[in-house]
Amino acid sequence: MGLAENQLSFDLLESWLASNPDAVGMKRNGGSVFRELALFQDYHGLPAFKNELVKLMSKIRGDKVRFDSNKLVLTAGATSANETLMFSLADPGEAFLLPTPYYPGFDRDLKWRPDVEIVPIHCSSSNGFKITMPALEEAYERAQRLNLKVKGVLVTNPSNPLGTTLTRQELNHLITFAVAKEIHIISDEIYSGTVFDSPRFISITEAVIDRNLQETDLWSRIHIVYSLSKDLGMPGFRIGMIYSNNEKAVAAATKMSSFGLISSQTQFLLANMLADTKFTSKYMKENQRRLKKRKDMLVSGLKTAGIKCLKSNAGLFCWVDMRKLLVSNTFEAEKELWKKIIFEVGLNISPGSSCHCTEPGWFRVCFANMSEETLQVSMRRIKEFVETILIIGNGCSSKQQQRSGSVIGKWVSKLSSSDPEPDR
Amino acid sequence: MKLLSTKATCNSHGQDSSYFLGWQEYEKNPYDEKKNPKGIIQMGLAENQLCFDLLESWLNKNPDAAGFKRDGQSIFRELALFQDYHGLPAFKKALVEFMSEIRGNKVTFDPNNIVLTAGATSANETLMFCLAEPGDAFLLPTPYYPGFDRDLKWRTGAEIVPILCTSSNDFQITETALEEAYKQAQKQNLRVKGVLVTNPSNPLGTTMSRNELNLLVDFTTAKNIHLISDEIYSGTVFNSPGFISIMEILKERNCSESTEVWNRVHIVYSLSKDLGLPGFRVGALYSNDDMVVAAATKMSSFGLVSSQTQYLLAAMLSDKKFTKNYISENQKRLKQRQKKLVSGLEKAGISCLKSNAGLFCWVDMRHLLCSNTFEEEIELWKKIVYDVKLNISPGSSCHCTEPGWFRVCFANMSEETLKLSMQRLKAFVDTTINVHNQSNHQSVKNSRRMSLTKWVFRLSFDDREPCGER
Repeated sequence: MGLAENQLSFDLLESWLASNPDAVGMKRNGGSVFRELALFQDYHGLPAFKNELVKLMSKIRGDKVRFDSNKLVLTAGATSANETLMFSLADPGEAFLLPTPYYPGFDRDLKWRPDVEIVPIHCSSSNGFKITMPALEEAYERAQRLNLKVKGVLVTNPSNPLGTTLTRQELNHLITFAVAKEIHIISDEIYSGTVFDSPRFISITEAVIDRNLQETDLWSRIHIVYSLSKDLGMPGFRIGMIYSNNEKAVAAATKMSSFGLISSQTQFLLANMLADTKFTSKYMKENQRRLKKRKDMLVSGLKTAGIKCLKSNAGLFCWVDMRKLLVSNTFEAEKELWKKIIFEVGLNISPGSSCHCTEPGWFRVCFANMSEETLQVSMRRIKEFVETILIIGNGCSSKQQQRSGSVIGKWVSKLSSSDPEPDR
Repeated sequence: MKLLSTKATCNSHGQDSSYFLGWQEYEKNPYDEKKNPKGIIQMGLAENQLCFDLLESWLNKNPDAAGFKRDGQSIFRELALFQDYHGLPAFKKALVEFMSEIRGNKVTFDPNNIVLTAGATSANETLMFCLAEPGDAFLLPTPYYPGFDRDLKWRTGAEIVPILCTSSNDFQITETALEEAYKQAQKQNLRVKGVLVTNPSNPLGTTMSRNELNLLVDFTTAKNIHLISDEIYSGTVFNSPGFISIMEILKERNCSESTEVWNRVHIVYSLSKDLGLPGFRVGALYSNDDMVVAAATKMSSFGLVSSQTQYLLAAMLSDKKFTKNYISENQKRLKQRQKKLVSGLEKAGISCLKSNAGLFCWVDMRHLLCSNTFEEEIELWKKIVYDVKLNISPGSSCHCTEPGWFRVCFANMSEETLKLSMQRLKAFVDTTINVHNQSNHQSVKNSRRMSLTKWVFRLSFDDREPCGER
């Protein structure tokens, strides 16, 4: 339950593939385009594919924004897009501010090779982990105290791991802040197609336009990252992209994309699929419906176990509040709880500390990468586990306590300290 | 505040060089047999277009491979989800076996030591990130592929120090040249981390001799540095002497896991040249050093090969009957084509370096230069691009130390087009020689000066697509 994959709508994709053999067989109007594709390595990307992508991005945003395919740069996944943006916007040692909790992979994608620092914007449960102006200012000041030059803010909207869309107010705080400090805003909108409930998704672009700032400097400091890994459930195909209003950034990122181009075979397949707008409309709607249903299942299952989560309207996971199951309000206790859940309950979920959350006890639990039956099994297990803890907590026989204590001891030594590959 | 990074605004991507400017001109006026018969013929693109029929025929016989099916069953779901940076096991196995086959099965490779990357471009950059700190240097024999200036230096901050090779010994690497380059690096206060060679060579089209390879092993052992062998053209060796891989040399010298040099030799490969599939972005790096493999594997996250493509090629390369036939037929056709270029050039009184591999010839046009300078080389190049209408690559763009050499590709066009290009070249050479023989030298000087001005204004410096061609 730690893998943010979308496995709910493969049947729709497979059915489309079965009806459209040319796309897979590298044919156009019955004639082979294999040769053309095999040779196509232009880092400007397959024009047909980019055209469809900007139309899709527009559709996801309720057609409230129009995108220009000349400002789109294709990359091998959003992983590559984020790293490339760092290389293009920041020099080694400079910093980006990120609201916590955030996707653990950012520590690698933004910091490793580009050598950029991440300074967290602390968000707390007191207001549903929303970004506030004081938090932004505080993060900026902290960066300055560390002698770090802040180049921008990077947000994930909808949020990973929260599963919530940024409110209009939060977007406005970001805009006001970015204008004042003259810095960039990167909005990673990789989950934009997974919004299944109100409030609706408001893109950073829409928010900037609503503030009438398209003609100002800020406009060329707005960059969006997108991918088909979550909405379409195809992380294996490595389809990511950067959208930027900044011509120079587009030019630099385009050249850098040489280091991670998308296979032309894959570009062709997806160009065809997305060109079938009847299919994509149907797909997006149905996908969202299934995600909502699945999320509701997770939420109610957790509820019967007496566990709450953050009210969410997007994403492939819930941000679950297990603070009351902690023996103490510490990250050590969170780790202990996490180990129990893995080894005793048999569920792999992601502890909040791995997402740099400032409060112990929160976990990200994914719901879209398994069958309904498996989800139900996992809910039953959690319910049993919580009941056991509550019984122990209520001071039952010491024998039971001893037993659970030794069980923990055995598994603690079995736990290896190496962290596995973080997945979104 | 400076909006963009230094990397984004500097010129280390190297795309302002003449190599890429010839591109621009071609794009404006591309040759087409029917639609634009007077257009510029592209001979600067090292693509292998000779064997698509073989690939297409295989695809037609094996629709499941592209159709996401295994034994008639759909595995679309499995592939769509597969993003493991360890790569598709079936593909890695098929790839290392293919690499072995290309080397006459004289060496075998362990699939656990191969890292898949989105093209050799990504593999080379990744190796730099793994082996060099910003400011460290790698030594490269000249002439070399212009793209290295971007791939090895741009985002990594590494430096390239050239190992100067000359026509006096057919541009072979000598011990003196290696030592000289090393000293040069030290003079510049650069720490040398290794040597990178392309074998077979781009742009020379020659395989490295056993002597050169042994020299390299001796040198890198003595200096305690890495040796990267970019063997992207290994499947294009069409004539003797055969291809000797660096791995073969290590084996011969009994350099096994117990020696230090074993861990410092790394190979780069790709299917872009041998199979002619640059669009599919299939590259790999191979290392005997577990730490390099581990680090490179994680870095490959930034440029993974599409699982759709991995699956297709796993199926294709696992078909041993197909690969055996493909390898030999590909080499046969390349040999034939190279012969046509060489004889065409000969008829024009132009010789080239004797070559046995690659998709191009290293052509000697020194006798057509008015003076032995790079300015004259560029003048000659411009004439060839604008007047003769052939886009070829000037040696200066490959960092050659001697003016007058050009790389001319032969595998990216039809036989007829190649014939036409040779006719145009002959006509040009005949004219040039006639002009030289005329007593009116003044008019020649004038026209050259005028044309100089015209061409200088015609050259634009805005960035256009170079496509990262090797």
